[in-house]
Amino acid sequence: MSLEVSQLTKTYGTQKALDQVSFSVEPGRILGFLGPNGAGKSTTMKIICGYLTADSGSVKVLGKDAAQNSEEVSKMIGYLPEHNPLYLEMFVREFLEFSGGLYGLSGQSLKDRVEEMLRKTGLNPEQHKKIGQLSKGYRQRVGLARALIHDPKVVILDEPTTGLDPNQLVEIRSLIKEISRNRTVILSTHIMQEVEAICDDVVIISKGQIKIADSLSNLKSQIGSTQLVLETEEDLSLSWFEDFEKVSFGSKGAKEVIISVSEAGEGRKKVMIKIQEHRLNLVNLNQQKRELEEIFREITQ
Amino acid sequence: MRSLFLKEINGFFGGLLGYLILALFLVALGLIVWVFPETSVLDYGYADLEPLFSYTPYVFTFLIPALSMRAISEELKSGTWELLRTSPLSVFQLVLAKYLALLILVVLALLPTLLYFVSVVQLGDPIGNLDQAGFFGSWIGLIMIGAVFSAVGLFASSLTSQQVLAFVLGVFFCFVLYFGFTAAADLQVGIWAYWLEEASLSYHYINLSRGVVDASDIFFMLAMIWLFLGLTIMVLKRK
Repeated sequence: MSLEVSQLTKTYGTQKALDQVSFSVEPGRILGFLGPNGAGKSTTMKIICGYLTADSGSVKVLGKDAAQNSEEVSKMIGYLPEHNPLYLEMFVREFLEFSGGLYGLSGQSLKDRVEEMLRKTGLNPEQHKKIGQLSKGYRQRVGLARALIHDPKVVILDEPTTGLDPNQLVEIRSLIKEISRNRTVILSTHIMQEVEAICDDVVIISKGQIKIADSLSNLKSQIGSTQLVLETEEDLSLSWFEDFEKVSFGSKGAKEVIISVSEAGEGRKKVMIKIQEHRLNLVNLNQQKRELEEIFREITQ
Repeated sequence: MRSLFLKEINGFFGGLLGYLILALFLVALGLIVWVFPETSVLDYGYADLEPLFSYTPYVFTFLIPALSMRAISEELKSGTWELLRTSPLSVFQLVLAKYLALLILVVLALLPTLLYFVSVVQLGDPIGNLDQAGFFGSWIGLIMIGAVFSAVGLFASSLTSQQVLAFVLGVFFCFVLYFGFTAAADLQVGIWAYWLEEASLSYHYINLSRGVVDASDIFFMLAMIWLFLGLTIMVLKRK
């Protein structure tokens, strides 16, 4: 495990910001940390980076406990805070050299590292500009370059794509994909499409509690099934539909059932046979596909 | 730590504000020591730099909080404090780097006043007739006052993310430490008077300016510096 968070709890006054938050990430994966605003995403990330301390619980980075080896652990983590704070009056190159210096880089190795980051993030043409003169997309690149300057094994990005235009969004996403090749990346967002576009794992948090922690493919196969909604004049019995994957009554009580099927066409045929078998008076047969977005809303409301 | 120290120094000389504050400091001192008839050395009749040493603490009370106000509060406001705090440097190292940068600036501001020493030595009759021990005792005293005020200013800056508020608080704390305790000691408070006097910066500064560099005075100043740096670290750790 490159990052293990266990039983984090944090209280602000009487409000529980985090309640027994636990999850873990394996090396080389991108974890999407999802939740509505105020769910505790930033708090969790700040605790991982050592900016806040939890009331209880622990964070382990590459097997090292963060509270006991804070200096060592902070060198293994690259952190891009929400709103991407930067020294606006500094030049891009100057800022990267300063940041590298904070992490103990110096001399030729610092220069090489800065060159590499400028190249990787496409900042070469902007390196002699002041950060304050850059557009939001370029500032985000500076923030990313800073977070990666010391070649961290775990990268934590707090809402890295908020406020970017669609082109910048695509660029930053592909940059994140690229840096994740030999690192673990955790990024927080409240946009589901972002998770579907780049993440391998998903953690959904709401009101300080972890609701789902799974891989994206698992989650998709669980919820990616099609649902058929069958409404009839007569009362239905769940036992008639036992040979389907999953069946439950809908909002109209016994007159409506929701049936999950993996393949829509086959499913519809089977339902029609049932209708004839039990001589039912059909009112409605609808097909719904459940999206991740819908799951997200269901869980977090 | 070195890179943060250099960043602080660069930040100061990167803009106009730093030069402006230093220039104002020197102009104010120059006017007091050489031009204003009330305090001018030239009109005094003795080869003595008394006005330099009695007025610099007043100027410091405003100058140093002006230098230190942005040190931490700006980082808190812009959120860059989060970058520093999540770097491998400890809060102690962050505060120390900022403090040392501030101290260098204060020493830089004071260095030109050594020229005053040279001038007054030349003015003496016979030449060189100046209480040299008194001068250097006072000069060390000034550096120490500057060092204490820097720690106080840094502390004020750590309390708030608003620079102006940090400045006002800094001025107030410096004022109380330097003048306030002495004034309070004069208020007929019985047994407390002695301790208030002892806690006053000006009391120890005047001791130094007699030309006797007493370990207890230096120790008092160093203790004040540690106290305020310690408070700064405490405040920042709780944020």
